[in-house]
Formats: sequence, C-alpha cells, structure tokens
Amino acid sequence: MTPIQGTHETTIAASTEVPTITITREFDAPRELVFRAHTDPALYVRWIGPRRLSTTLPLWDPRRGGAWRMKNYAGEEEIASFFGSFHDVREPERITWTFTYEGEPDSVSLETVTFEGLPGGRTRLRVVGVVESFEIRDQILASGMETGVTEGYEKLDELLATQS
Amino acid sequence: MSDEDRLSRVFAALADPTRRDLVARLTEGDATVGELAAPYAVSLQAVSKHLKVLEDAGLVTRTKDAQRRPVHLEAEVFDLMTRWIERYRQRAEERYSRLDALLDELQDSRAEEDAS
Repeated sequence: MTPIQGTHETTIAASTEVPTITITREFDAPRELVFRAHTDPALYVRWIGPRRLSTTLPLWDPRRGGAWRMKNYAGEEEIASFFGSFHDVREPERITWTFTYEGEPDSVSLETVTFEGLPGGRTRLRVVGVVESFEIRDQILASGMETGVTEGYEKLDELLATQS
Repeated sequence: MSDEDRLSRVFAALADPTRRDLVARLTEGDATVGELAAPYAVSLQAVSKHLKVLEDAGLVTRTKDAQRRPVHLEAEVFDLMTRWIERYRQRAEERYSRLDALLDELQDSRAEEDAS
C-alpha cells in the first residue's frame, strides 16, 4: 500500500503569550522510525535540507550533552551553516536541542521535539521552538519567505506608500 | 526608509503583547480609542501611544473627518504577515514530504527484510 503524499497537513502556531513556534505533523510510520530519521545522520541529511542544496553534518553526536554542526551547499559553494547542542535525547519519544544559524550567532532556539505513537503505526511529531524575543521569533517566521521576500517587500512598500 | 526598516517596524509593532491584543480586537471591526482602552487598566494616553506605533507601522489607520475617529485595521498588511507564516509553513511541509518519502522507503526495505 502506498500512502498518498500530502495527506498530512503541517500546522504552524505562533503563540501571542510566549515567543514560540510550534510545528505539528503526522506520519504514516512508527515513531521508532521517525525518531531514527531525526538521529541517524545518514537519514537526517536526506530530508532536512532544501532539495536544491546538499546538506552535510561535520559534527553529529545525538546524545545528552552532545554537539552538532550542519552545512548547506549549492554545488561547491557553502550557503549556510548551523550549530547547536543536544540537551537530551530520549529514544524514541523526545529530543531537546539548541539551534543557531551562524549568520545570527547571538540567536538561539531551544527546540523540544516529541514523537507520539498513534494507532495504526502512525506518529504525531511536535516541534516547539522558543527564542529570546517576539522580534526574533517573527524574523524567523519571515525568513520562510526566501524567494518571496522581494515580492513581500514590494507589496509592503506599496501599502505603506498609500498610507503616508 | 529602507525596506528592512519598514519590515522591522511592522515586526516591532507586533512584538508588544498589548499591541497584538489591540490588533486582534480590531480584526472584529473598527473601534474608537475609548472602546479599545476600556478593558485595560491603563490610561487612554497609553493606549493612544500604542496605536501611534501601530499607525506608524502601517497596521492601522484613523479616519480624519469623523468625530469618533475610529481605528481601522489595515487587513492587507496583516494578511501579509499571515502569508509570511504560510511560506514558513510550506517550507516545513516540503521538509516533511521528503521525510514521508524516506519513511516509506525505510518501511518497504524493512518489509523486504522480514519477507526474506
């Protein structure tokens, strides 16, 4: 049986009380496997990065107190790098780790990833990331714009121009 | 003012919980400063100050002529914020679609191992 792709919606919630981003998603696979796809470096690099980039993990030690480092390449060119620590790794239910983009070395997101087993060998993944301020949280949300960034700015320009 | 300054102005305006609450209430309809201030234990002046920040960021406008001068939410600017979140969501969705495919593959190979 081939599960239909795209049947599970990814939801994003941005709290107004605390500067968090919460992502939830279900998978048609047992949580042991979803967990392994988050800790096995050979598996992790196959899905985490954007398709057009390649991802490498020069450092990857998924255990309590371990560290990690990740780089994205477009061909030979390094595009971005990230680093952090594994605060705790509790198979197969929970990973707590920190995440920093090297371009913003003072910003750190503390992410708690939980893997909840559902009936029928499915899994509910929940990622709660907390940062220092609402401003940083909103910048992270806005970073999802990528190619849309110019378009977004242009539209905002137009709107602001009509109001001044 | 650069694009980046404008964008950070919108973000900064929404970084305050009272201002986010004001914006949330304005999604239900226009309201006067007095109506907006009523539920808070702060002065009318303090609420006016918050509204000024939202106005400078282009998030709200105030009718010039009417006596009541109701505050109006510029829904388009607010929609823009929602669309930014939607793009973030889409990027997460793309990531998890790749994970779906990988998990399928792993389960298929696991099933083959069990069968052999």
